[in-house]
Amino acid sequence: MSTRLAFVTSRLRVEEKLLLAELERRGADYARLDDGEMSLLVAAGAHPADRPNPPTTPPADVIWNRSLAFGRTLYTQRILEAQGALCVNPSSVVETCGDKVLTSIALERAGVPSLRTTVAFTPESALQVAEEFGYPVVLKPVVGSWGRLVARLDSRTAAEAVLEDRAVLGSWQQQVFYVQEYIEKPGRDARVFVIGDEVTCGIWRASEHWITNTARGGSVERCDVGGEVGEISFAAARAVGGGILAVDLVETPNGLAVIEVNHSGEFRNSIEPTGVDLPGAMVDYVLGACERGAL
Amino acid sequence: MPTDPTTQAATCPECDADVSIPEDAMQGEIVACDDCAAELEVLQLEPALTLGLAPEIQEDWGE
Repeated sequence: MSTRLAFVTSRLRVEEKLLLAELERRGADYARLDDGEMSLLVAAGAHPADRPNPPTTPPADVIWNRSLAFGRTLYTQRILEAQGALCVNPSSVVETCGDKVLTSIALERAGVPSLRTTVAFTPESALQVAEEFGYPVVLKPVVGSWGRLVARLDSRTAAEAVLEDRAVLGSWQQQVFYVQEYIEKPGRDARVFVIGDEVTCGIWRASEHWITNTARGGSVERCDVGGEVGEISFAAARAVGGGILAVDLVETPNGLAVIEVNHSGEFRNSIEPTGVDLPGAMVDYVLGACERGAL
Repeated sequence: MPTDPTTQAATCPECDADVSIPEDAMQGEIVACDDCAAELEVLQLEPALTLGLAPEIQEDWGE
């Protein structure tokens, strides 16, 4: 094994540049891997002579994956864990965070408050769920991010149109209908960063649009992560398996609820309002894992 | 061609315009062509800085 740490990327976001700069500043022993250039042996073939000797080893002891492609991240972490690497975040965490159904199951099992959600597999059964919830309801893709393809269905007519589109035009994941109650939030939601056992910091994101997401614009201010915001965020991070995570929460009439947990969270807009060196905190966690040989 | 010493020059693969790339650009970084507004990806830095059209956003991209 040639290096302690591999930093895996695809397209570089501002976040990855900040993390790479911090690794350089620390003089860390790391290699950068582009998942578009990777090929990973998963089975050597039946002939004994085909079996690698010694067995295939991962490119580094610790794999820090910041690829923005969920599928690539999941399989890279799965394969390299099988080869013996310690992965940040672990494949089980990536799998849970990257799939909204699995996230909902994990949160519910851990008793973490989230929004009322039902999954259906046909447009007809999804429409029945929407009728039972009452309009408006929200339809989300089970895989995807940045608020893409999230639809507010204000009426039966709108629901019929969107559900038919998804059934005809979508991939099989688009035909897993994730129907969620609509919340009249007070124009903002929270993003809280949980790194290992620490609730590091958080922001409030404000937007006039019903979808609040910094990828879609909106203003940002510091969120106090003491008290319930921090407690629920920590519980949500634990529920999905822990690591370097960004927990999104919304205020509802019944209290705070977790919307999603991100395994490759974007933080470019969170450093200035919180005053927290997030790249430094994340690099601390990963270099600590390299030292300990454990998360 | 750029005269700013903190940038380097490359050619847009879409419209053939000169594109100024920051000196500290990294492979995989996305830049925009000022002439045609195409999103471009830094494919390689050495031996020559090479740009390609950035891939379209995929369904599973995100956080």
